[in-house]
Amino acid sequence: MAATVEPIVGRYANVAIEGRPHRIYFEEAGRGIPLVCLHTAGADGRQFHHMMNDPAITEHFRVLAFDLPWHGKSSPPDGFQDEDYRLTTASYVAAIRAFCAALALDKPVVLGCSIGGRIVLRLAIDHAAEFRALIGLESAASQAPWYDTSWLHRPDVHGGEVCAGLVSGLMAPQSPAASRWETLWHYMQGGPGVFKGDLYFYRAEPDWSADLARIDTRVCPLHLLTGEYDFSCTPEDTMRTAQHIAGAQVTVMPELGHFPMSENPAQFRRYILPVLDKIRTGSGESQNG
Amino acid sequence: MTELRVDHPDLHGMIERLPELVNRNAVLLRRGRHLDLDIMIEIGRVPYYASIESGRIARLDRGPLLMRSWALAVRGPDDAWRQFWQPFPPPHFHDIFALAKCGQFRIEGDLHPLMANLLYFKDLLAAPRRLAEGLR
Repeated sequence: MAATVEPIVGRYANVAIEGRPHRIYFEEAGRGIPLVCLHTAGADGRQFHHMMNDPAITEHFRVLAFDLPWHGKSSPPDGFQDEDYRLTTASYVAAIRAFCAALALDKPVVLGCSIGGRIVLRLAIDHAAEFRALIGLESAASQAPWYDTSWLHRPDVHGGEVCAGLVSGLMAPQSPAASRWETLWHYMQGGPGVFKGDLYFYRAEPDWSADLARIDTRVCPLHLLTGEYDFSCTPEDTMRTAQHIAGAQVTVMPELGHFPMSENPAQFRRYILPVLDKIRTGSGESQNG
Repeated sequence: MTELRVDHPDLHGMIERLPELVNRNAVLLRRGRHLDLDIMIEIGRVPYYASIESGRIARLDRGPLLMRSWALAVRGPDDAWRQFWQPFPPPHFHDIFALAKCGQFRIEGDLHPLMANLLYFKDLLAAPRRLAEGLR
């Protein structure tokens, strides 16, 4: 039987982030409007493989996903062994903008999930003119914590297994077992303390909900999609966030949880394809109200 | 003393089949192979005490039992367990931490064995779901 070779291609970009050199691993597939995808905390860009393998998306979009420093195949920076990794609003925004600049992407769409969903709000507040549209999956300016993150990195608990165990319940019970377990495998492979370090951005960073009112969706449309089974960022958290943003378009996705693109790709495309069509054609955008 | 009343015997029938559900599940036994622990699972107002040995449920006793000790407890009202054990539970009733976050479940005691064996415990507590699947 002949092997099937997927259209996904992976390469490295040498990028300076906040003045520090990094080797950033990224994958891409498709042609057209650049669509930069941001993975969840403690995971990597493999979460977007299904989108990269979906011709309905790649015939119009150049889908790119990069692994944040310390994640997936992106190495941590020189000297990492003496550091306690922490993602901050500033370092996250810097990484995204550095990646887009390094690849000379012209007004990309940015789609982020979870921490990626939260940071697109910050991009909308401060850098809207750089992007064609922003999409936040499982996105909210703030949400209530539901566990103590110190369990994620300690010598007497296996980090990969506890990370997977915690996030396993964030997926919908209807999602196929193979996809759910593939999503968990990415968590099992995370580096020590990396998931915890990402959640610093969630838990310890200041609440900047007050800045949401500055978002102008006429400059850059904003779409927020949240799975009904996500109890970490609930549909109510997303709707509460959207109330402060004139023109934000919210979709609650039935039978999906916190990882819609990887836990049930078939169900997710029912909701993301119409959003991508809208962005591509400009229909239904720029309405303020 | 408050009188104990069993409103929903089906729930108790489900929890009482926990030993066979766990002990016949080779995957679950492998996942819990390093675990020895006494736990308490409270269904409404009825406590059940399970002794886990190398991942196996060596015994399950219906309480209350005087001065029975346990290291870890998961407590919830009848309706929360009923929803949790549906084949496709509704949002907020599909995971023990979802139930804890919305105030339905209380997880008490020594959390270290829970967190060190989290995938095992989640499967163990959800195991009666398979009975509901079989009944459909």
